[in-house]
Amino acid sequence: MEASRSGRSWTFPACEIGDAAIEESFRRDAGRAIASLSRALRDLDRAEDAVQEAYLLALERWPRDGVPAQPSAWIYATARNRAIDRIRREQRGAEKHETLARLEAIGEASSNDDGAIPDDRLSLIFACCHPSLNLDARVALTLRSLCGLTTEEIADAFLVPHATMAQRLVRAKRKIRDAAIPFAVPEGSGLPERLDDVCTVIYLIFNQGYASTSGAQIVRDDLCLEAIRLARTLAALAPREPEVLALLALVLLAHARHKARADALGGIISLEVQNRSLWDRDAISEGLQLLQRAASYGRDGQFLLQAALAAEHARAADWASTDWRRIVALYDGLLGLAPSAVTALNRAAALAMVDGPEAGLTAVERAGQDGELDEYYPYHASRGELLRRLGRTYEAAASFRAALALSKNEAQQRFFEDKIATL
Amino acid sequence: MQYACLIYDPVDSPPPSPEEKQQVFGEYMKFSEDVQKAGVIRGGAPLQPTDTATTVRVRKGERLTTDGPFAETKEWLAGFYLLECNNLDEALAWAAKIPGAKYGSIEVRPLLDIPGM
Repeated sequence: MEASRSGRSWTFPACEIGDAAIEESFRRDAGRAIASLSRALRDLDRAEDAVQEAYLLALERWPRDGVPAQPSAWIYATARNRAIDRIRREQRGAEKHETLARLEAIGEASSNDDGAIPDDRLSLIFACCHPSLNLDARVALTLRSLCGLTTEEIADAFLVPHATMAQRLVRAKRKIRDAAIPFAVPEGSGLPERLDDVCTVIYLIFNQGYASTSGAQIVRDDLCLEAIRLARTLAALAPREPEVLALLALVLLAHARHKARADALGGIISLEVQNRSLWDRDAISEGLQLLQRAASYGRDGQFLLQAALAAEHARAADWASTDWRRIVALYDGLLGLAPSAVTALNRAAALAMVDGPEAGLTAVERAGQDGELDEYYPYHASRGELLRRLGRTYEAAASFRAALALSKNEAQQRFFEDKIATL
Repeated sequence: MQYACLIYDPVDSPPPSPEEKQQVFGEYMKFSEDVQKAGVIRGGAPLQPTDTATTVRVRKGERLTTDGPFAETKEWLAGFYLLECNNLDEALAWAAKIPGAKYGSIEVRPLLDIPGM
């Protein structure tokens, strides 16, 4: 059971065997053990190997000897011992001495006390989301190290070949080791910016699950749930950071609609016509509470404004009674923080609800005047809808046809075909 | 771990006035003093502009000498510092304080540690 070279796929062994106790422990404890060991080893790959070996041993021992009283402590201690063995074999001189000292320093978790396991996941998140790694690598590393997704699962979720994803992970882990990217929470003035990087990665993971129009439904839901879990962990570890709280609020509020969003064929149902009784009220009330806490700091941030937008929809009884004036103001705030054509388009659509189709159309066309939205089907869809309401049928049909040609999802295509047919 | 902080200046910037030159020089003196005091400096040097460069290659045992730099680029290597830091974040924090970071770019690269070399 020698650990193989870095880069080979790391599939959880119990998936095939279906041992519930081990699988449960893996979901709960692996990220934490990897976090703590990678910090001491300064090497994510070796940490993953050690934890994997601990689970392979568990697979052998637990069915025979029974599940230990404290499974997490057992896994942690076993993985740490494996790491120590490997460092003794593979490192030399001062480096070996220092690594072993760090492994000693993180302490031997008593097999009776789960509380003794240090929680270094925050440090690991900061390493995985370091700005010196490219964004794709940050997302992949985070999913793999903190969520325990396999290389194959991540590759499938992001629609890239398995080998490409494996390469991406190997390179990123190598860079963490060779450039000595620290496994640590940044101190001082750099913290807000780095927290923002972490929030962005979590939001990208969520969005990949939420907004993607292709790929297996199961994987997409999983990504959303993993992002919520990460945001929860981050919020527990950094409870006084308004943007972190707002991020958790945002993903909860958005995910609360998930049952109402998909039709029987897996197509996306737009907010306007969703059956709001299917929304998850518990998630909404948690999201609203978090948003209130985040807003109490009085600092506008990207996630705070986005969560506030989601909250306006969550609070509204239906599409028509939504507070569109407030939504326009929130989009203005977002545009002030980060100008973007897509945000300007969304603002224009909300403006049409307040000031009517004429004003809306002018704003939509202004959002698209630089050509940035030419390939973005919602731009043509919004334009088509406003032209239709203005009675400019011929132009509306052309816009809906453009939206139809650009959309990749069958349900959406049917939606636009219906629009054209009923003009 | 040692990091090379490579200082790249833009090629097409207008030539500095004598006062500006003096100011930049002063800023570099200050930075060099700071890294000295912190005990992190292991080396470094400013370089003459690329129009002083000559490039040498040996192909099939024969030496080829060409005028000018290895490659024409929009930014030129103007100098470097060699810093001993605990990790990349520390190195990046120092790099951000190099005066050239304000108008050019600092590329931070870890040194390759080969035992016995």
